[in-house]
Amino acid sequence: MSKIIISDPSLRDGNHSVKHQITLNSIEKYCKFADDAKIPIVEVGHGNGLGASSLLIGKSLHSDSDVLRTARNNLKHSKLSVHSIPGISTLDNNIKPAIDCGVDIFRIATHCTEATLSKTHIEHLKNKDIQVHGVLMMSALITAEELKNQAFIMEEYGAEAVIIMDSTGTYMPSDIKERIQLLIDNLSIPIGFHGHNNLGLSVANSLIAAEYGALIIDACICGFGAGAGNTPLELIIPVLEKNNFETGIDFNKVIKEAENVLDYLVPQIPVANPVNILTGLNKLFSGFEKPIIKASKLYNIEYSSLIFELGNRKLVAGQEDLILEIAQNLKKKNDNSKK
Amino acid sequence: MKRIAILGTGNIGTDLLIKLHKLSYENIAFIGRREDSEGIQKAKSLGIQTSTDGINFFSSNKNFDVVFDCTNAFDAIHHYKILKKLDIKVIDLTPAKIGEICVPCINGKDINDIDNINMITCGGQASLPMIDAISKSNSDISYIEVISQIASKSAGMSTRINVDNYISTTEYAIYKFSNTENCKVILNINPAEPCVYMQTTIFIKFKNIDQVSFEDIMCNVYKRLKEIKEYVPYYELVMPPMINENDILMLSVKVKGSGDYLPVYAGNLDIINCAAIKALDYL
Repeated sequence: MSKIIISDPSLRDGNHSVKHQITLNSIEKYCKFADDAKIPIVEVGHGNGLGASSLLIGKSLHSDSDVLRTARNNLKHSKLSVHSIPGISTLDNNIKPAIDCGVDIFRIATHCTEATLSKTHIEHLKNKDIQVHGVLMMSALITAEELKNQAFIMEEYGAEAVIIMDSTGTYMPSDIKERIQLLIDNLSIPIGFHGHNNLGLSVANSLIAAEYGALIIDACICGFGAGAGNTPLELIIPVLEKNNFETGIDFNKVIKEAENVLDYLVPQIPVANPVNILTGLNKLFSGFEKPIIKASKLYNIEYSSLIFELGNRKLVAGQEDLILEIAQNLKKKNDNSKK
Repeated sequence: MKRIAILGTGNIGTDLLIKLHKLSYENIAFIGRREDSEGIQKAKSLGIQTSTDGINFFSSNKNFDVVFDCTNAFDAIHHYKILKKLDIKVIDLTPAKIGEICVPCINGKDINDIDNINMITCGGQASLPMIDAISKSNSDISYIEVISQIASKSAGMSTRINVDNYISTTEYAIYKFSNTENCKVILNINPAEPCVYMQTTIFIKFKNIDQVSFEDIMCNVYKRLKEIKEYVPYYELVMPPMINENDILMLSVKVKGSGDYLPVYAGNLDIINCAAIKALDYL
């Protein structure tokens, strides 16, 4: 049996689907469960990570420090992890205070082509002897070779693992095979995979990732995450175990919690709705779902044409402000063609 | 005419050199550390004096009035200590935050005695003129958020290792000019092809929206737009101020470059360099 480390970002990625309004009470309950079920890593925070509470991306219900302290107080065995994007969070404003709250693992995340942005933060944490992982978001936008080069940059800065995120939910199993294999062959640190379910492949892709040597697999309870949701925890655990991987997680507790969370954390089990399918196919960030719906309603345009245009413009997370502007321009174009 | 040196031969320094050269400044020295840097080669092709001695260049070349520091926020601190002893003024284009912060159309007239002028950041130069114009019409601001996106290709390694400094210096300048402590700055480095123009979006929350005069805001914003266009010619208001359903004022500006060194998408180089040249006029 080979070992797989499950990292559970339900309390972080899930925040995308509830406009960053997860309550301290829910955090407490879920952390108690995760700790009890022996989930190795629990990631919490605003959907876009430390310091991301903003008018642009959405204000969090609670401050980062309240969220982190609540999680910390309820995790005895599980490690506490955070997502952190340079350009949004800084060492002084966010990372140092998070260290003081007792965070065990920092996942420094950049767009898949911008690994050099992670230098200062990874090096700082590495020097402090705090566990730091690199994360490459939107990784389906570049070739396997480019992805390997970017992952290598993070390894050189001192990342102890690199996680590739299918933020757009675009990958086919064959893409995963090619990429994970190339990363394993060229890097000397553990590789992780974070799937999204836009095309219904999150479980299949995560299994393939594990089979080709990924050590860390991200999974959320009921797939609770942005857009079509993430790899469901209650599905990937038995699937991995049936394929001779060991997660060390108490599956009976997970399957029960997959029902309990509907009462306190997950208002609706994510499914791949038409918007999610279209963003997946157009390689757009899953977190754009709500801004896309909002903008298309505001300007009375078809969301399919808006998504297609956003895909053409290769928008990346953090450019939510442009969605409104592009929608406004589409509306003008439509109005002009009617005249 | 002032004797000028540019320290740092990356994107910012090279663009600045071309701009000053176009304005017929003579006696410019262009100082870097690597003979093979693209900037040094460009300077040589323009017939400009170059050196690769870095800050040490000034120990044997003291006759300068102003040094534009285009290196990075960490080295700029050390450079200032040396240049101060030599009685050379510094216009700092790094987010080192050691000098007096300057946005020419706001406080350009107040800087003539200062020996270290900090040009804040590209996002600061893009947003602060508008924030200042709005806060002058309505000072009861409770929160300011500024998001800038720049093209990945316009962000050199110094920009990348200085992202934290970019954020803290821009936030500090917002506080200084608007007296609003509660603010958030985000920098988005966008790899999209074709490269995106520099764009900055500003969100402002007022303590009491009922007391806000939208007419005054529009009037001040357009007045300020005219002033800034005098030294940043391709500064555009792409989304004029509007108040959204949550009573938040938002607006967006776009800055195209003049294409002096990097192509026109790199408005981030243009705006800070145009501002620095304007600051030089005030010295």
